Amino acid sequence: MSLDNKQVKEIAYLARLSIEDTELEQSTSELNNILSLMADLSEIDTGDAEPMAHPLHMSQRLREDEVTEENLAEEFQAIAPKTGKSHFLVPTVIE
Amino acid sequence: MTWETVIGLEIHSQLKTKSKIFSGASTEFGAKANTQACAVDLGFPGVLPVLNKEAVRMALRFGLAVNATINKHSIFARKNYFYPDLPKGYQISQFEIPIVGSGTIDIPLDNGENKKVGITRAHLEEDAGKSIHDLYDDYTAIDLNRAGTPLLEIVSDPDMSNAKEAVAYAKKIHALVQYIDICDGSMQEGSFRCDANVSVRRKGEGLGTRAEIKNINSFKFLEKAINLEVERQIDILEDGGSVAQETRLYDSIKNETRSMRSKEEANDYRYFPDPDLLPVVIDDELLKDIKNRLPELPTEKKARFIDTLGLSEYDAENLTSQKAMADYFEIIIDKGADVKVSANWVMGELSASLNKNQIDIKDSPISASELYKLISRITDNTISGKIAKDVFRIMWNEKRSVDEIIKDQGLEQMTDIGALESVIDEIISKNLDQVEQFKNGNTKLLGFFVGQVMKATQGKANPKQVNQILNDRLS
Repeated sequence: MSLDNKQVKEIAYLARLSIEDTELEQSTSELNNILSLMADLSEIDTGDAEPMAHPLHMSQRLREDEVTEENLAEEFQAIAPKTGKSHFLVPTVIE
Repeated sequence: MTWETVIGLEIHSQLKTKSKIFSGASTEFGAKANTQACAVDLGFPGVLPVLNKEAVRMALRFGLAVNATINKHSIFARKNYFYPDLPKGYQISQFEIPIVGSGTIDIPLDNGENKKVGITRAHLEEDAGKSIHDLYDDYTAIDLNRAGTPLLEIVSDPDMSNAKEAVAYAKKIHALVQYIDICDGSMQEGSFRCDANVSVRRKGEGLGTRAEIKNINSFKFLEKAINLEVERQIDILEDGGSVAQETRLYDSIKNETRSMRSKEEANDYRYFPDPDLLPVVIDDELLKDIKNRLPELPTEKKARFIDTLGLSEYDAENLTSQKAMADYFEIIIDKGADVKVSANWVMGELSASLNKNQIDIKDSPISASELYKLISRITDNTISGKIAKDVFRIMWNEKRSVDEIIKDQGLEQMTDIGALESVIDEIISKNLDQVEQFKNGNTKLLGFFVGQVMKATQGKANPKQVNQILNDRLS
């Protein structure tokens, strides 16, 4: 599997990464190198191995359903770029 | 050309936990904007999500209630997209292995039969925040109180073949999540939301391209939106066009669905396992414990209403369709009221008045114990069924007690047989023609005499006694 420049541009857009056209060629070839490494891995027969979702051999710890957080709205709002009365404000999003 | 419709529903049901799915912030509805959004909900660097035990238990409760496979190992994944009310840039959801696998639920059809609808899966995920577009001219305002609220997304198989079935399914799930006490079911507050996947095909052909309709916040709109979408797709196909796979927004004011272009580009969510969360492991003991604590389910309650209370299938289905209604009915029955009379009052007069005034049965102006008193005044012959309807109306409007109303208005049924007999004798003597006709075989005239007696007694005569005396006198 290998990617072309157009696909790399799309992936960059989805991740909101800005890749200049001058960098595109290089990014594509670097990404394709990584993909070919991955392709080597798929040579290995993993038929008997259980799929692993996490490198740690542990299971998720659960917390009790209790409210433990206090209201820190003021602190969070103080470091936001723009706030209204109690809202965070962002440039208008058009639906 | 005969067209077939194929519908699947995705229901987001907000779980009734006190705190969020991955943080200890409160989930209470209606708080001042952003006062219940902590660093985890805001996606600050360095924070770690920790899964809420109760959210897991609630998801399992649902899985057991629909006889679903429970995945003893399930994993959380990141669903990546950019939107201002999603501070992390991804929503934590479940993708490859959801906690609840496939199950089924029965829905009632118009013809009285049941249909089995498949549930593909149900997975845990966090809700996003809220964007408010009309508060400022030049900005969109963001409230992140809802961010991180636990959701159970229930995905159905594409088993519904018309809007009515889709509504019946949605209502069943709506009732079930309230029965098992995992969701408050409020569609207005957005704790129960429905998206519909709709496609059409020519009879006998493979599945058509589907459109997903969002923003449906009532059962009435669900039916309207689906019917509109089916019509739209058939029109396109009959004109030789093709349906685009897209997300459409239902607009209840204009009564139309329209394309939601903003979502189109983000269609590739690039899911991957969330490295911040370990696999969730459900042990047999926990599952057994949850099973043991499961309340009586709607299907079980319905069966009990039929088997031990002797109700008809129709009445039992109706009374168990909402938990609050079943609870109300059971309070009346537990006090010893007649089952059939109570069923008729709850499904008839009470439901009609609640519907007419758009009041939830939980907020009924007439409590179950007050309605019990009214019903027992009918069965102990203090008042007639007809007068009871008048008393009901006064109770509804003035919130006064049954006995007080009966006493104040002098509505007690006539119990003095002698007095009733003399009223009847007088009516007979005034209507000799009719008596003659009756004796000649026109038995329909009995109704005329009963009517006259009721009129003369202002409805206070006991119909049974009236019939008896009339039959005696006229034979």
